[in-house]
Amino acid sequence: MTVHVPTSLDEAVQLLVANPTARLLSGGTDTMVEVNFNRTKPEAVIALRRIPSLREYSIGPDGIVIGAGVPYASMETGPLAQALPALAAAARTVGSPQIRAAGTLGGNLGTCSPAGDGLPVLSALNASINLRSPRGTRTVPFAEFMTGVKRNSRATDEIIESVSVAPTTGFQDYAKVGVRNAMVISVASVCFVHDRNTSSVRVALGAVGPTIIRAREAEDWLAGRVDASKQLPPDGALATEFARLVASAARPIDDHRSTAAYRRHAIEVLARRLYLRSTT
Amino acid sequence: MTDTTSFYELTVNGSHREVRDSWIGESLLYVLRERLGLMGSKGACEQGECGSCTVLLDGDAVCSCLVLSASAVGSNIVTVEGLAPNGEPSDVQRAFVDHGAVQCGFCTPGLIVAVHHLLEHNPDPSMIEVKEALSGNICRCTGYGRIFAAVETVVAVRKGAGS
Repeated sequence: MTVHVPTSLDEAVQLLVANPTARLLSGGTDTMVEVNFNRTKPEAVIALRRIPSLREYSIGPDGIVIGAGVPYASMETGPLAQALPALAAAARTVGSPQIRAAGTLGGNLGTCSPAGDGLPVLSALNASINLRSPRGTRTVPFAEFMTGVKRNSRATDEIIESVSVAPTTGFQDYAKVGVRNAMVISVASVCFVHDRNTSSVRVALGAVGPTIIRAREAEDWLAGRVDASKQLPPDGALATEFARLVASAARPIDDHRSTAAYRRHAIEVLARRLYLRSTT
Repeated sequence: MTDTTSFYELTVNGSHREVRDSWIGESLLYVLRERLGLMGSKGACEQGECGSCTVLLDGDAVCSCLVLSASAVGSNIVTVEGLAPNGEPSDVQRAFVDHGAVQCGFCTPGLIVAVHHLLEHNPDPSMIEVKEALSGNICRCTGYGRIFAAVETVVAVRKGAGS
């Protein structure tokens, strides 16, 4: 194994050209577990933690750009949490404080686990992923980025540079079920974004399918019944039917963490809860 | 595939330390303990679940088992040994002893680092904030009550000293 520690993104891109099979290392919270337990032994590692530009973010009228190396801890409070409350809520559910000080959105996107807590938020926010290579910068909508369980459309010479999110106005939140209340991987999760700017409600589901799933049928159904340029009505029957449609979009499986039936039920409960929370 | 051994330098507790003849894929925890002889940081789960290996990396409390050691070149690393530079216990360490917050002691170094980090950023935390800040440090002996009492004492004593 060789280890490279570039200090600029350009240097990292060149190193990846020279070492096309290199593992890109961000916070280390996934990869180092595999290394410690001898499950993987990459020939080369390009560690991205000393590239300052990846650890920056900007919040402006045209949108929010979050560097791939910004740790979850920076999303829990402060300007990013104010701008993107759903991202803050998701960040708070990631691992322990130690994990949140290390783990990053870039790492979440690189690993692309369906249980990654940042991913439903990026899906519901219609985020774009900015990828850098010697060919320049390529921008991919999240829906086209994640292609399967731990699979994404990043080309072998591309490095995840940042994610971009358009400004939204309105309620947004993230809710998750796990086997305990702290330091837990998601069994089922829902991100709910009500964007008055675009008069839309967008819902994304985590850990209940091979990719993050958008509940498009439920979104369209709701769009036909409410005026999403205003606050949503506190209508229990509407919330119940909406949640039922959201849950029908899930494609959960039985595995060592939970059952498909429980996961679908959890999605329905979380979707109803988030809808009603948005109306208060 | 060849395993590369190499030479690199880390900055640990303010000192430059040379790492020689190590496998380049070793975690920072392994290097601290097995290459540099700093046995304070403990290794239990090696997957970021237990917090017993907590160190400060450029001021952030992180699990050293999840840091690729060779990627920490140029970073400022502080271990539990660096919190008691002259061999005298810090106020946090003293309070842990006074309150019986140390039983088997295995989690203690990680907790000490986490408490120092918390109080540096939040000198007067609520009990909820204390519990949240220490939620990544697992203790199977104490039930945490004595640990929280030790933290409360440090907060009170530091406040008294500052007023």
